[in-house]
Amino acid sequence: MSEKITITIDGKTIETMAGHKILWAAMDSGIYIPHLCSARDNHSPSASCRLCFVEIEGYARPVTSCTEGAAEGMVISTRSQRVDRLVRTGFEMIISNHRIECRSCPRNRSCSLQQIAKERGLKLKPARLEKLNRNLPVDDSAQKVAHDPNKCVLCGLCVRACKEKGAGILGFSHRGFDRVITTFLGAPLGESGCDGCAACASACPVGSMTAKQ
Amino acid sequence: MILTEEEIREAAEKTREITAGCDTARGSLIPVLQKIQDRLGYVPAPAMEEAARHFGIPAVDVYGIVTFYNQFRLTPPGRHRVKVCMGTACHMKGGNIIMESWERVLKIKVGETTPDREFSLERVACVGCCTMAPVLVKDETVIGKMTPTKVDGMLFSHQLANKKEGVPQ
Repeated sequence: MSEKITITIDGKTIETMAGHKILWAAMDSGIYIPHLCSARDNHSPSASCRLCFVEIEGYARPVTSCTEGAAEGMVISTRSQRVDRLVRTGFEMIISNHRIECRSCPRNRSCSLQQIAKERGLKLKPARLEKLNRNLPVDDSAQKVAHDPNKCVLCGLCVRACKEKGAGILGFSHRGFDRVITTFLGAPLGESGCDGCAACASACPVGSMTAKQ
Repeated sequence: MILTEEEIREAAEKTREITAGCDTARGSLIPVLQKIQDRLGYVPAPAMEEAARHFGIPAVDVYGIVTFYNQFRLTPPGRHRVKVCMGTACHMKGGNIIMESWERVLKIKVGETTPDREFSLERVACVGCCTMAPVLVKDETVIGKMTPTKVDGMLFSHQLANKKEGVPQ
């Protein structure tokens, strides 16, 4: 698995390791591919954000680059009509229930959604979809972190960070539109054994989990 | 829902009995939760914690599974179970209005039980008599062509019957 190979992304020749995920091979060589849910050290990515699509020559349809390992001689393009359409729809669906208050958001200018919108020329307002505001209460009970579920994109990075570096108290609950990041029985963070490591806040790509000053 | 000491002890004990003869593979978690629900009628917090301990996973993961699947209950079933049909026909005929009426009169949300444990409210997906939509099943009785007024009437006659029998309110 660790032999050196050469692949081509958007006409640029890149040396990488066989099996290395295309998303990270591209990111490492300065080619940006939108992504929210994947982490570099995650070997079984959930591919749930549906934003990191790429076209690979010889493949029938676009694939998620966070799950596709590189192979010798692959010719990849990060943009095509089909890719752009998938990414645009995926992004609009995520943004349609994301509370937009960039100006007062602590992650303004360091937000992955803003970056994706900028890179791909997408709008932070869903043009074709109705805006769905869940109006969930902001959990301000913990000492070190605050959780605003209205800004959550359900990428699961905080759940993973909490299990690996923190107390392991975060998880998903409920289903569909009601899905949220929560603690056991939905207890407030401050009463759930949160040790204040703020690993969730550094993992959060948007302004949902934020470290308190 | 506040559980009694007795219920907490029973839940933990029964869960230990169920997990005792079970491996710790993650795939056995859902069958274990189903057995807990069979025995207790619901999956209470102490049972989830006990199951999490057995499988060596965080309790929040068990909570995630219990809230994901409709088959699991988090609260004990009431003495009377009200099931509101939310199937396609009933949905078109305003099943959600019937559900909202029950939520309003019982002051609980779907999936919950009233604090006196008299009623629990559930949603079901089609009971097979769509011509009578919107349909409701109270315990074993099917009641068709429901209206919010009928909901008020059902609750009132129930309270009246309880009063006659001398059941404290």
